[in-house]
Formats: sequence, C-alpha cells, structure tokens
Amino acid sequence: MNAKTIDRIATFCFYSIAVLIVGILLGLVSFILIRGLGVIDWSFVTEAPGSVLTGGGGVGPQLFNSFYLLILTMLITIPLGLGGGIYMAEYAKPGKLTDFIRLSIEVLSSLPSIVVGLFGLLVFVQYTGWGYSMLAGALALTVFNLPLMVRIVEQSLTAVPREQREASFALGVTHWQTILKILIPAALPGIITGTILASGRVFGEAAALLFTAGMTSPPLDFTNWDFTSPTSPLNPFRPASTLAVHIWKVNAEGIIPDAKEVASGASALLVIAILIFNLVARWLGRFIHARLTSS
Amino acid sequence: MTDKISIEDFDLYYGENQALKKIRLNIIPNQVTAFIGPSGCGKSTLLRSMNRMNDMIPGVHTSGRIAIDGKNIYDRETDLVQLRKNVGMVFQQPNPFPISIYDNVAYGPRIHGIKTKKKLDEIVERTLKQANLWDEVKDRLHLSAMGLSGGQQQRLVIARVLAVEPDVILMDEPASALDPISTERLEELVIQLKKDYTIVIVTHNMQQAARVSDKTVFFLNGEIIEVNDTEQLFTHPEDQRTEQYISGQFG
Repeated sequence: MNAKTIDRIATFCFYSIAVLIVGILLGLVSFILIRGLGVIDWSFVTEAPGSVLTGGGGVGPQLFNSFYLLILTMLITIPLGLGGGIYMAEYAKPGKLTDFIRLSIEVLSSLPSIVVGLFGLLVFVQYTGWGYSMLAGALALTVFNLPLMVRIVEQSLTAVPREQREASFALGVTHWQTILKILIPAALPGIITGTILASGRVFGEAAALLFTAGMTSPPLDFTNWDFTSPTSPLNPFRPASTLAVHIWKVNAEGIIPDAKEVASGASALLVIAILIFNLVARWLGRFIHARLTSS
Repeated sequence: MTDKISIEDFDLYYGENQALKKIRLNIIPNQVTAFIGPSGCGKSTLLRSMNRMNDMIPGVHTSGRIAIDGKNIYDRETDLVQLRKNVGMVFQQPNPFPISIYDNVAYGPRIHGIKTKKKLDEIVERTLKQANLWDEVKDRLHLSAMGLSGGQQQRLVIARVLAVEPDVILMDEPASALDPISTERLEELVIQLKKDYTIVIVTHNMQQAARVSDKTVFFLNGEIIEVNDTEQLFTHPEDQRTEQYISGQFG
C-alpha cells in the first residue's frame, strides 16, 4: 500500500469516529427528549410534586433547587478556585511542596462522588449540626469541583504569553496589579469555560448530594424572601432535592403511579436546563471578555 | 559629560554558567548605544540586567554594579517599580495588551495613579504623536490594539513606554519581527527620540546599528571586546575579532 492510500484510510477513520461520537450524542439526547418532552408542560415545570398516592404535579422546586445550589456552590468554588489557581500559576515555586499540593489536588479530583457525599454527611451534615441542607450540599460539591477549577485557572493563567507579563513588569507594574489587570482578563475565556464545566457537574451530580442536601424538599412558599424561614426557597439551611437527585429517587424508590413519566420528564427538563445554561454562560463570557479587552 | 549609566565589573550567572564577565561600560545620555555580537554573546542579558528583568529568571545571580544616575540599581533598597518606570523596555516581539489602543497607552499612567480623563487623553495623544503613530490611529483609539500591523504595534509599545516618562529606553532587537518599511520607520523614531531619552538598542543587524547608533559595543562570549564611536568601529575596528565579525566571517 502506498502512502496516499494509507492517508486516505486514516482520514476516513477519523471522520468515522467523529460521526460516531456525534451520532451517539444525538441519539442519546433525542431519546431523552422524545420520551420526556410529552410530559413537560407549564405546570410540570412550576408545580411541586403531587402526593405519594395520587402522583401528578411537577418538579418546580427541584428545578429551582438545582439552580440555587449551583449558585451557592459557585459562590464558594469560584473565589477559592481563583485563589488556588493564581497561587499555583504565579506564586508556587517549583519544589516538593508544590508537587505535594498538585498531587493532593489530583487525588481530590479523582475521589468517587459517593465518598465525597459520605464525607459531607459526617462533616457538613452531622459535625456542624446543620442537618441535610443546601449549604452542606454546596460544600460537598465544592470538594470535587475545586480541583477542576484550580487546574483550569492555573492552565489559563500560564497560557498567557510571557511577553505580556514582561511588558507589564517592565512598565513598573507590580505582580499583583499585573495579575489583576493583564493576566486575569487574558485568561478569562479559559476560566469561564472551566466554570461552565464545573457547573455542569453540579447540575448532574446526584451521589454526593443524597446524604448532604438530602432527598426531599420541604413545602416552599416562593413569595417568602426571608432567608431564615424554613419555608423560604432562599434559605440555605433547608434540605433540598435537585432535579438529578429527584430523578434518581423517583426511579429507585418512587411509589407514585406515574414514576416513569415523572422521571422521563425531569430528565428531559434537566438536559434542556443544562443546554440553556451552557449557551447563556458562553454568551455572558464572550460579553464580559469583549468588555474587558477593549473599552 | 556625566554618564547616564555606568557599569562596573558586572558578572551574571545562569546557575553555574557565567553569561557576563566583568563588564565595564559607560553609557552617555541622549545618545543611542547599540549592542552587537553573535547569538548568545550576552548582549540581551546585559540589556535585561539594566532594568532587572533577569530577576524573574530562576537561578540568576549577579555581582558588581550597574549605576543609573549614580545609584546602584542592584542595591538592596532599590525600588523595582521606580527603576522600571525610569528605565523602559521594548521587546523583540511587539507585545501590546489585548485591550484598546487607548488603554494600552493609558495602562501605565493609570496604574501609577493618574485618574482624570483629561490628563490621560493628553498623555495618550502626546505619546502617540511622539511615537509617530497618532495620525494612523487617532480615529480608532478605542479599537483593539491587536488589529494593528506589527510595525504599528511596535510603535504603540514605544508610546506605552513613553507614557510612564522614563529617562532610559532599552530596546531588545525591536525590529527583528518587522518588515523593511516598518523597520525604517522604527529607526527614524529611535533617532528622533534620542534628544529626550537615552537609548540602548540590541540588534542582530549591523547596518541597523550603523544607521541609528552613536556608540557601538561589540560583545563576544559574555565579554565586551570593543566600544567605540559607531563610525569608527565600523570603519576602523581596533580588535581583529570585531573586524572579523563586522565583515561577516562569523556570527
């Protein structure tokens, strides 16, 4: 066989693999959507689940919980992740300590999420005395989102060309001002991509939340904005089941008559929510980047 | 005439490897001094020692002194921010920040405490004019600097350096990434600037050194072989190695 033929075969192979991947993805998403879209209507999206005996109702609180838990998690993860990433990229000197920190981060990111959940149960739920709560869930999610965030911030910062760093130093600008004014804006697209990836895991995560944020949602009054009230949706100390947890629960131990429909509908809703979130986050990222990079 | 920069017995090591050996050199104000020599001869290293950019490289240590206006910049109490404001630097690759043209020039002054828009506008206009760039960019100041050509970017970088009001400007092969026309414009600019600034330029291009500089310093293997008036050095080199280098026998 000559080189040209081999080249053609290689090209064909790579195209086939790409088609296969896209095919699997399309198949999966359309399967979920076809089974679930029929169930989704306005009341399914907004109402609370019906009683255990009658079924019916919707997944409104769970949808809200998913987003609210995402915000809480990111409020903790983003500052810590930025701090850790900046330290690793800008301040950490090569050596044993840095190697050890890097190893710890890698180990942390490969912990099984059910282990993180059990750790959360011991520390955030029981030791702190908060009980099943959103905050405990957010902290557990932070445990395995943080390594991802740190690594992405670090990589984005080190990818900024050395010339720009030097240009800033050569103008008599301090290290911290350079980080703030040059490096972070230049690294922002990467950081935003990382944040989106980390957020996707929050939406989809169930195992780590079962024992931390809990599997139930108390009756919520969406007109109650008092953070401390147990019926307020904004109270971070209330238990909260997210969409993903709800799907697991309905499927695994649901006794409602329409368990199958609810699970299908909730799955489709989750996929749509993630899709919308991704698109909005990307658009927002581009907007912020454009604002930062030329006035 | 008093020297702007005087370098005495300056050694620099990258780890075990000695890159500069007992450098002695005086640089006269309001002149262009060119550093020439083959790759790895230490000319860029010496240039980067003059605003202590080498500090960032792990494993670098130095001895001897480099005095600017009589003050040793390697003293412990040297304020690096003040030093680098006073000694600006232009790099080999044009390196504008990925922000607007205006913000590139205003970056230094803003950080060093100038806040009023009127003052910033004035600085941006003055320095862009000094850098012969104003007419080309005055209608697009708020567009990204990344849209400029390489030559324009390099002049923008010079305006950005001028905006922090240095006395000395160090240029590290500033034209090596530019086309011939941009190079010519840059050389004109260098000659213009010397009436207000002291300029040190590292170049690979001997014609360039001959065109723009008043004094030329020839480096070889981390040592200064010859320092002389540019015309003298290129027409009647005193050292045989200088003659061999400028006639193209090595390097």
